[in-house]
Amino acid sequence: MGSLLDSLLVLVLVLNLYALGTSRIAVVIRVVALQGFVLAALPLLAHGEIGAESVIISVAAVALKAVIIPMMLFRALRDVQIRREVEPLISTGASMLLGGLGAALALAFAKNLPLTAHDGHSLIVPAALATVLAGFLLLTTRLKAISQVLGYLVLENGIFIFGLVLVDAVPLVVEIGALLDLVVAIFVMGILLGHIRREFSSIDTRALSALKED
Amino acid sequence: MNASTVLGQVVDVLALLLVPPLLLGVINRVKAKAGGRRGQPLLQAYRDLARLLRKGLVFSETTTWIFRAAPIVTLVATLLAGLLIPLGGGGPVGFEGDLILFVYLFALGRFFTTAAALDTGSPFEGMGAAREVTWAALTEPAVFFVLISLASWSDSLSLDTMLLAPAGPHAATLVLSAAGLFIVLLVECSRVPFDDPNTHLELTMVHEVMVLDHSGPLFAAVLYGAAMKLFILATLLVRLVTPHLADAWATRGVVLAGVLAVAVVIGVVESTTARVRLARIPNLVSGAALVTAVGFLLAVR
Amino acid sequence: MALALVLIPALGAAAALLYRDNHRRPWLLVAVAVLHLALTVAVLFGAIPAPDTAWLWLDPPGRLVLGLVSVLFLASAIYAVGYLRYRAERNNAVFVAALSALLTALTIAVLSRHLGVMWVAVELAALVSAPLIYFNRNKRSIEATWKYLLVGSVGVAIALLGTFFIAYAAVHGGAEPSLRLDDLATTAPTLSRPWLRAGFVLVLVGYGTKMGLAPMHTWKPDAYGEAPGLAGALFAGGVTSAAFLAILRVLRVCNAAGEGAYASSLLLGLGLFSMAIAGALLIGQRDVKRMLAYSSVEHMGILAIGVSLGGVGTFGAMLHLLANGLTKGVLFLSAANLHRGYQSRFTTDVSGALRGMPVSATLFLLGFFAITGAPPFGPFVSELTIARAAFLGDQPLTGALFLLFLLVVFIGMGQTVLKLCFGDGPGPTTTWRDRVATTAPIFALLALVLMLGTLIPEPLSALLHENVTWLEVHP
Repeated sequence: MGSLLDSLLVLVLVLNLYALGTSRIAVVIRVVALQGFVLAALPLLAHGEIGAESVIISVAAVALKAVIIPMMLFRALRDVQIRREVEPLISTGASMLLGGLGAALALAFAKNLPLTAHDGHSLIVPAALATVLAGFLLLTTRLKAISQVLGYLVLENGIFIFGLVLVDAVPLVVEIGALLDLVVAIFVMGILLGHIRREFSSIDTRALSALKED
Repeated sequence: MNASTVLGQVVDVLALLLVPPLLLGVINRVKAKAGGRRGQPLLQAYRDLARLLRKGLVFSETTTWIFRAAPIVTLVATLLAGLLIPLGGGGPVGFEGDLILFVYLFALGRFFTTAAALDTGSPFEGMGAAREVTWAALTEPAVFFVLISLASWSDSLSLDTMLLAPAGPHAATLVLSAAGLFIVLLVECSRVPFDDPNTHLELTMVHEVMVLDHSGPLFAAVLYGAAMKLFILATLLVRLVTPHLADAWATRGVVLAGVLAVAVVIGVVESTTARVRLARIPNLVSGAALVTAVGFLLAVR
Repeated sequence: MALALVLIPALGAAAALLYRDNHRRPWLLVAVAVLHLALTVAVLFGAIPAPDTAWLWLDPPGRLVLGLVSVLFLASAIYAVGYLRYRAERNNAVFVAALSALLTALTIAVLSRHLGVMWVAVELAALVSAPLIYFNRNKRSIEATWKYLLVGSVGVAIALLGTFFIAYAAVHGGAEPSLRLDDLATTAPTLSRPWLRAGFVLVLVGYGTKMGLAPMHTWKPDAYGEAPGLAGALFAGGVTSAAFLAILRVLRVCNAAGEGAYASSLLLGLGLFSMAIAGALLIGQRDVKRMLAYSSVEHMGILAIGVSLGGVGTFGAMLHLLANGLTKGVLFLSAANLHRGYQSRFTTDVSGALRGMPVSATLFLLGFFAITGAPPFGPFVSELTIARAAFLGDQPLTGALFLLFLLVVFIGMGQTVLKLCFGDGPGPTTTWRDRVATTAPIFALLALVLMLGTLIPEPLSALLHENVTWLEVHP
């Protein structure tokens, strides 16, 4: 069980790098969807035994993170009619390297964290931190509004991973609530994306600059 | 050292010398089959080499001794690197720390190939050299990460013993290393999707463009060296992922079969993927390096 | 019975979406608000038992914020009737539903006994606020909504990570893992310190983003500037208070774990920084609503400083929570009147408002004096209390900076407000005039602010003291 869990977490890490390393938005959506799918399997593996709660969370995560949210994003992508992130603030190659550096830092950092004996051996905590960092990188270095939404999703995925060490503490309602909130947030952002595109004929966030101190 | 070991070493060296052109044949055959053609004979590469050896040499007036020496130096460096990774284990050469020599033998070969390309003064060859060196800067760390992850769990700095150590709990690292190494192999040996050995347009070439001016026996040395590099990297990859068998001969068989399988896989990859745009290659290659780096981090965690 | 506090606004939101009559729909808000306030008063005075379930209860700061939110919402609801009548051309179904849903989310956040539930409620409040900011449907409001949503969502996500860290502090400490606030407070001494500290930092950053503490305040001027004034009143008075409540609850856990000094130093730093930034950006501000947003940043800073001082400072901060919330209601609603009347929020277009729209401009001017700490209004008392706490608590530097920033803010805001109210500009350019529905709620709020500044009723004073003892638990 443990090694399968860790292998899936490694896959999550690799997907982070992939998302950081490509400029094609459709590819990033697919990567994030795949990541959501992998994440959904984790609750089943993380606790040794499969309980009703983990099954519900898994099913909800597959439905929302791997199906519904990617569908909404693809719809938004079709509406805004762009295909790639043309000029990110730092190049995709560099952001991938930073993502790798982030993963290294997360691994080194997690080693020094006070973890319970059980969690100390698994990759859950470092993978969570690395994914959160990757999400931040996407959020801050990409300029297209839809890419930033994807960064937010990756960030949430990282938090979801951290939630795995907390089965007993976080009740089902909160986990599901967090997932639903995420869906609503993406839904609202998707609607806004369309409006942004109509008003600004672009979803480049540099166009959003009317509001500032003069 | 008993007779079987000695015989084994002889077989290893013979395989290193004789099998490489066969790999090219296998790749071509797979591609031909996938494309619905009959394709070249399996042994065509040997015939090509023989034909080239019979031909004369032509040198451009602008070239110096570097241009002449390069193919030989590259071939010898590759051969030496090959001796460090025997098929079965317990090879003829090997010492603590030879993994660094291994990587730098390749670098030496590359240095001479690119130097010779620059020596011709042709802009195309210079362009190829620039590309080759850029990518090598990314593939070398990848190879190093794979080797030091191996070193970290085998507690050894000698390639031969490193490759014998079982991966144990480091399965994830092994998978990442193998994936990274496969990409490195495709890049280093100028295969699709990074380079196309059969392309006919200088602008799109990388490795081939650097050796355009070579002819006759020296060109044969270039081709042979390239094939040998493919063989060596394939051997490294196969030995990385296959478990070590108690019997050296069985290992030899498994590894040799594995190397041929790698050639088949390359053929499949070449027939199913298109070349990626040149600008995206550094991303892909540094991705491979990163993946191996993550593997290393996991191994030493 | 008390759960109706949550159900009524939720039903109101659903009804707003179903009810067809655009003209009469805003009255739904008033109905919801009156029922909510009636229930709130009944709960606060003990006529109805407060909710006491595994997830919902009512702790002392919750009582304060519940009352504040309910009063502010009633004022905004009455104002909304007048405002939406003026803008009858626009379909207000989503706007009314979102306002009602915002009240639901805020009520849940206030009542929550569980850190996870509180997080879900705050996130919900953030999401239903988006349609409120986007009500005007133009380029500027899209931009503001986008920034608000993205920054807000990321902030709230960080708060979730912080919440998880705190949960892990419990897991690592070996206690029965739980995110219930009362459980956390009792098991606090066993919590893993590093995780608790990290969790507090993340919670502070996350909910601090929702509060608008600098440097996480960047969305605030945009969102407050573009949202209709009544939404701004609810954001600045209600949403920020709920976010502050979340920080207070985690702070209490830190206090109980003996990490109070660490948490307070962070709060103090962010508080002073917020005041400094707000002061700097208020000087020469031409946009009235953005000015109010920066003023909100400043007052969030004051809250953080007050709590970090502890004791008397906490008392001052809790009082300031009420005073600031109510005064912000006065300011945003009266500024919205001026904005509607002159069709502009800029001092370059609006001047002489005291002659043009005497009622609103007078209210605005009084609100300005109140918020900058002039007697005899509520913020004067609370700010004085906090300053006193700083000097009494041997933190003269903090006290001096606090007073300095207050002065800077007074001068900065003063310039803008004076330009707006005095001068000899032309009268209002639109058909909007001061009416009962759009001025009476402001009068009521101002009266409450005045009351806080002159005599604090006995039950309220007792509640404030109860809050201080609630927060200052020791291991």
